[in-house]
Amino acid sequence: MSEINTFRPAGLGYRIFNINKTYLPMITTIIVFLIMYSFACLSHPMFFSLRVFVNFLISNSFMGIIAMGMTFVIISGGIDLSVGSMVGFISIFSAYLITNLEIHPLSAILICLLFGAAFGYFQGFLIDRFGFAPFICTLAGLFFLRGSAYVVSLESIAINHPTVDAITAFAIPLSQKISLPFTALVYLIVFLIMLILAGFSTFGRNVYAIGDNENSAILMGIPVSSTKRKIYMLSGICSSLGGIVYALYTFSGYALAGSGLELDVIAAVVIGGTMLTGGIGFPVGTFVGVLIMGVIQTFITFQGNLSSWWTKIMIGSLLFVFILLQNIFSKTAHK
Amino acid sequence: MNIKQSKEIWAFLALSLILLFNLIFTQGFFSIEIRDGRFYGSLIDILNRAAPIILTATGMTLVIATGGIDLSVGSLMAISGAIAAVMISNGDFPTIFLFVVPIILTALLGVWNGLLIGFRGIQPFIATLILMVSGRGIAQLLTGGQILIFEHQGFELLGRSYFLGFPVAVSVALLMALAINLFVRKTAIGLFIESIGGNSTASRYVGINDKMIKVSAYVVTAICAAIAGLIMTGNIRGADSSHIGLGMELDAILSVAIGGTVLEGGRFHIGGTILGALVIQSLTTTILTLGVPVEITQIMKALVVVLVSFLQSENVKEIFSQYFNPRKKALLTPIEKQIDDSTKEVLNV
Repeated sequence: MSEINTFRPAGLGYRIFNINKTYLPMITTIIVFLIMYSFACLSHPMFFSLRVFVNFLISNSFMGIIAMGMTFVIISGGIDLSVGSMVGFISIFSAYLITNLEIHPLSAILICLLFGAAFGYFQGFLIDRFGFAPFICTLAGLFFLRGSAYVVSLESIAINHPTVDAITAFAIPLSQKISLPFTALVYLIVFLIMLILAGFSTFGRNVYAIGDNENSAILMGIPVSSTKRKIYMLSGICSSLGGIVYALYTFSGYALAGSGLELDVIAAVVIGGTMLTGGIGFPVGTFVGVLIMGVIQTFITFQGNLSSWWTKIMIGSLLFVFILLQNIFSKTAHK
Repeated sequence: MNIKQSKEIWAFLALSLILLFNLIFTQGFFSIEIRDGRFYGSLIDILNRAAPIILTATGMTLVIATGGIDLSVGSLMAISGAIAAVMISNGDFPTIFLFVVPIILTALLGVWNGLLIGFRGIQPFIATLILMVSGRGIAQLLTGGQILIFEHQGFELLGRSYFLGFPVAVSVALLMALAINLFVRKTAIGLFIESIGGNSTASRYVGINDKMIKVSAYVVTAICAAIAGLIMTGNIRGADSSHIGLGMELDAILSVAIGGTVLEGGRFHIGGTILGALVIQSLTTTILTLGVPVEITQIMKALVVVLVSFLQSENVKEIFSQYFNPRKKALLTPIEKQIDDSTKEVLNV
């Protein structure tokens, strides 16, 4: 941006905001989560149970997996709108491979992941090589994948296979009645991998550098082109994995699955404290952001007299508050 | 020379291609009958269905020209339709109120978008995302999550009736687009908008009130979306909050891009946008009449987006000119060029 930088002596406010600039959004997220969670627990005593908490992980697992990939894309200053359609396409495609073509589920999963990686890489290639706006390029991806999903099958396809049953039956028992099923496990594993990738890898550092200032990153000799392609490839892998989890979770493939999911995912990432201007954000924040979405949905279910559209309004309002906070933070930090 | 510079030419070519295809492969595509003093036929149908797209895309053109984007148009359409339906079912308002009140209330939401973007400096894509997510929720809240069905003679005029044999919706859409185009082209406002899209900061230093102009662009878009919502609601005689205007933002953006307006902002072409809207609708109708599953349209739209982006991309032009002009090739490799550009950007040259 073309802001005029003038030297100012570091006042208290400047120092406070500058020190916490990177962590402040995430800390806000965690505080908001704690407030909302305790409010929900106070109004419904049953809310405070391990079962409900595990349910947050289960019912939002595919969204969380996608949000992890999206976190990297947004940290790098981009956006990926194709994730929702990817879920729809992969869910119907994997079901088609398993049920209609009778391919072994494990190879079907591998094919789907490879497809997701290739598609993501191609989007990254278009964005990087030809300078397409990420928003426009992935919008085309959104259309393309959704259309392709309909071409595979308009009807939903059921998945019946002993291997799939074996995979989905796998669970780690937490207590006598509650166990951590495979969907939640996949989510947690992806979360761990992303934590390592973001915090302790060259790739992660490059992503932060690109998001902070792409031009400086280029001049510093960071491989910006290849990193950008890898970022979208990572998002593609995450969203196809989300699609697979969705298909296995519901034992079926459905072309309409995940419509509008991209907005929920972006909302979760933003609520999780990732700056939309790029450069700042953490997988931990996204994890909490997904939990917040879970609390809202579960609270509305618990309340009973609130209708589903309140979810949208609540998420919209939270999104607004966080975007405004980000806006104020970034302006304070610049001055 | 004039034709080569004209941005509308691509949209016009695309439209001609689709119509030519129909002339050859679809029987009776161009036949227009007159029944009960109304025109019937595929072409009229395309016009009628394109009317909401033309309206929203016209507003979107202005927003994109200022360097922004408005994702909330679909939700705004649902809200305006829901307000009208609630008013009809809850009281005996004069017909004019049924049009004015939803438009004013939706325009206020446009002000909200504009304030966030113009005055707080939030990225347009994100700021309008808020209303896109929550707007549909608000519309569903208004109608109680149901499809509010109504019968109201006066209100249906906009969506269902015919004027001189043509659907009223088409005339309204075209008149609105024409009025907006005249307004921005015959005053300095069009120039201001283009200048803001080119460089917002520079425009402010020149003395253009960039904030107010951005706000007005979003308000105009909201008004256009509101009218489009009223048309669709009147047409089906019901407010279907969860489906009216779903995906409209994408159609509108696509129309603008096909019409030759660069999505980064700057020069805009409302005429091209109208052609773009017609291209999209005739593509959809063609696919429908061919009997191919209508879902294929989405793949077609995706390919059109990629194609348009290719045509607009500066990088592609450079790569091609290097390819055809080998002497230029020796000048800079892609990496060197990237470094060169970044250095210029950092040094603010």
